[in-house]
Amino acid sequence: MSTAVAQKKGFGAFIWDYLTTVDHKKIAHLYLVAGGLFFLMGGLEAMIIRIQLMKPDNEFISAGLYNEMITMHGTTMIFLAAMPLLFALMNAVVPLQIGARDVAFPFLNSLGFWLFFFGGLILNFSWFMGGAPDAGWTAYAPLSTTSPGHGVDFYVMGLQISGAGTLIGGINFLVTIVNMRAPGMSYMRMPLFTWTVFVTSTLILFAFPALTVGLFLMMFDRMFGSVFFDVAAGGNVIIWEHLFWIFGHPEVYILILPVFGVFSEVFSTFSRKRLFGYSAMVFATVLIGFLGFMVWAHHMFTTGMGPVANSIFAVTTMAIAVPTGIKIFNWLFTMWGGTIQMTTAMLWSVAFIPTFTIGGMTGVMLAAAAADYQYHDTYFVVAHFHYVIVGGVVFGIFAALHYWWPKMFGKVLNEKLGKWTFWPFFIGFHLTFFIQHFLGLMGMPRRYWKFLEGQGLDTGNLISTIGAFFMALGVIIFLWNVIYTAFKEPKASADPFDGRTLEWSIPSPPPFYNFKQTPLVRGLDALWIEKSEGKKAMTPAEPLGDIHMPYGSILPFVMSLGLFIAGFGFIYQVDNPVWLSLVFIGMGITLGAMFVRSVKDDLGYHIHKEDLEKGDGQL
Amino acid sequence: MTKDTNSTPHNEFEKAEHKEEMKHQVISFVMMIIFTIAAFAVVATDAIGKYFAIPIILLLAVVQVIFQLYYFMHMKNKGHETPALMIYGGLAVAFMTILTFTTIIWW
Amino acid sequence: MSNEDILNPKQMPHEPEKATLEGKNKFLGFWFFLGGETVLFASLFGTFLALKDSTAGGPGTEELFGLELVFVMTMLLLTSSLTSVYAMYHMKNNNFSKMMVWLGVTVALGFSFLGFELYEFYHYIHEYEFTFRSSALGSAFYTLVGFHGGHVLFGLLWIVTLMARNAKRGLNLYNAPKFYVASLYWHFIDVVWVFIFTVVYLMGKVG
Repeated sequence: MSTAVAQKKGFGAFIWDYLTTVDHKKIAHLYLVAGGLFFLMGGLEAMIIRIQLMKPDNEFISAGLYNEMITMHGTTMIFLAAMPLLFALMNAVVPLQIGARDVAFPFLNSLGFWLFFFGGLILNFSWFMGGAPDAGWTAYAPLSTTSPGHGVDFYVMGLQISGAGTLIGGINFLVTIVNMRAPGMSYMRMPLFTWTVFVTSTLILFAFPALTVGLFLMMFDRMFGSVFFDVAAGGNVIIWEHLFWIFGHPEVYILILPVFGVFSEVFSTFSRKRLFGYSAMVFATVLIGFLGFMVWAHHMFTTGMGPVANSIFAVTTMAIAVPTGIKIFNWLFTMWGGTIQMTTAMLWSVAFIPTFTIGGMTGVMLAAAAADYQYHDTYFVVAHFHYVIVGGVVFGIFAALHYWWPKMFGKVLNEKLGKWTFWPFFIGFHLTFFIQHFLGLMGMPRRYWKFLEGQGLDTGNLISTIGAFFMALGVIIFLWNVIYTAFKEPKASADPFDGRTLEWSIPSPPPFYNFKQTPLVRGLDALWIEKSEGKKAMTPAEPLGDIHMPYGSILPFVMSLGLFIAGFGFIYQVDNPVWLSLVFIGMGITLGAMFVRSVKDDLGYHIHKEDLEKGDGQL
Repeated sequence: MTKDTNSTPHNEFEKAEHKEEMKHQVISFVMMIIFTIAAFAVVATDAIGKYFAIPIILLLAVVQVIFQLYYFMHMKNKGHETPALMIYGGLAVAFMTILTFTTIIWW
Repeated sequence: MSNEDILNPKQMPHEPEKATLEGKNKFLGFWFFLGGETVLFASLFGTFLALKDSTAGGPGTEELFGLELVFVMTMLLLTSSLTSVYAMYHMKNNNFSKMMVWLGVTVALGFSFLGFELYEFYHYIHEYEFTFRSSALGSAFYTLVGFHGGHVLFGLLWIVTLMARNAKRGLNLYNAPKFYVASLYWHFIDVVWVFIFTVVYLMGKVG
């Protein structure tokens, strides 16, 4: 990593640099580190859950703490680990893949990160301030509205703030992809990762507002005495379920689509073949995004919506299997006849196909509404969504990190350690979750603190726990690989994997302005086209000229800090109105920073042509 | 700062164009006011029954909003294809949401 | 384009709000944001529609709402939408002082709308004891209409800030997108209000 740079500049300057940066590559580092830390937190919570369920009638943790563990594990993994890790990849790669010098809104990019970060902090502060949320990651009312203490309040404020950051990030990537593609890069020449990020960002744009409203209603009910979910005053708890899943189902596609893009890039690069069925892949991606908004109520089959609604949502859900199937076949056909290199990134991608297909098949089983009455809230569901989320998203993130690590940090991750990461994790994953299908079919309900002896659940749970330890081992080896690579591995070349897309046409890591001259794109796999014609680099689309760059700013940090402070005010004013002062202070800081941003011109600066020529990227 | 009025022939042409557009906008404003008054009149006078009145006022609202979007917010102009796509995307999700909340909510 | 050209353009282009890449990005990003806002308000409308008859023994919509006040508020907001159109018309003609006048009118209309809204809330609370906490209908009503009112307030503060900041320097390619986007926001507020007066008040009155 950039430890060497840090020593040169001094630690304070290094921190300040990252606090104020608006460079998408550094923001990617921030997302990766923060998301990685939350991933470790979520993993620790998972281990505690598995230890508790290791044997019947276990007393490792108390029932209340167990509820907090499952809630925080789910919430952390979805909102604070998977989302930011994907945002790290999006930030690191998308502008490079489309030949842009930065994202459309560098300032908002930074704001998005800091909002997510402070939201995540609020959520995790709950551990030290009287207990974490304990109503499940779905926080169904009235369980959540009547949950004593402040746990659920932390859930509400934390997700509200980090959700705002995600929405900002989504809009940012949409505009970046629409407006900032290099000359010649039409929509149908965009790399598939960029396409999936585009569709994902659209889903973010339309899904997150529903969560925002749901969280506001929950906040008003818990903190300001409204009665949305209080049946005695005419409230209706189904409103929460709908709002949550109108957001929640697109959310799972928000998570999976970018990694579909990752796998497409990896398969194509390491099979040394153009992606099979590119246009069908684009079509399938858009279709998944579209259908993703029509299936949410399949989470609510047992709520009692009636047979007509259940049937409609069952059919739309099953329909999603079609575009997903298109993708699976296209990946297989991409490999077919290719010169396959089994690198670590490829290993994760190949492992993903059967794993995700299993998850998809149990998905179709769950989509059958009548049968779902049997599966609902059992470990069958737990097994299903871990197969798609771990087998899809986590495998994808690992593949992407091994693939793009040189572009992010300038060094290729050690291959041997990479394989040592893969095997324990892969084996551990199937040990942990495959057996859970059967535990679920045998009737073990999810979210229960213990199970009793003599019900046939002992062996299955023990196997599951052993598998979890294997997964943890894999993660530890990965962390070791990161450290090892930083110190022992040589500097990577610009194009260590013989890549096909624009990010491989510039140094690893790229200079802060990315492209000295904007490249001219002549087709899909722009760099590959040039290489196949014997050229070493991209043809520039413009003469060497001044480059416009944005100034860094501390304001995004300050704005988010203000909301962080206000968040505590909102949570504690229930106990004592004095805490409202924190709300005013916090909101004052945020609005004040917004005001400063509004009145202070920020036009950015230009890197001059002469400096570019003599500096050769070393400014 | 640029001068408030700089009149080149090109500018004159543009100004005429803007004026034409402004005329459309004023016309759409008048229509919006008429629709609003009509909607209030339908309800205030109780002239028609409930099952007829509600679709009528909803229709009037939708038409008004179309005016607002296409004329006031210039969605009819060139360069608004992506904005239109995203607004229609939002409207589609909005439609599903409201349909849900008026049908399968255990009311 | 150099910073000097952006702050002091020699000639204003046809569409100053979209003359720079930053302007184009702002324009597009803001439209996308409005697409998201559509879903936000749809969720609030949905919640209101689901709870519109949940009076918990308190007053219902037919009893509460008076059409006169809502009509006046509607006219105020509709007119303010037209005045902001006028402001943008003058912006495109590079006539800064007239733009400021029309923005000023817009702001005045917006504040009077808010005044009426506050009076309306006060009226319901004191005459009918219809509050945020009294019934699910109350919660849904104040949340939906209050969210809209909050948007109005934010829009007003935004436009006033823009006016104050740029009063002395006039139009340029840096602030034209800002004015344009603020006016889009203002129109969107009006769009939402059209549905509020139709769905909440008129339909509430019909019953």
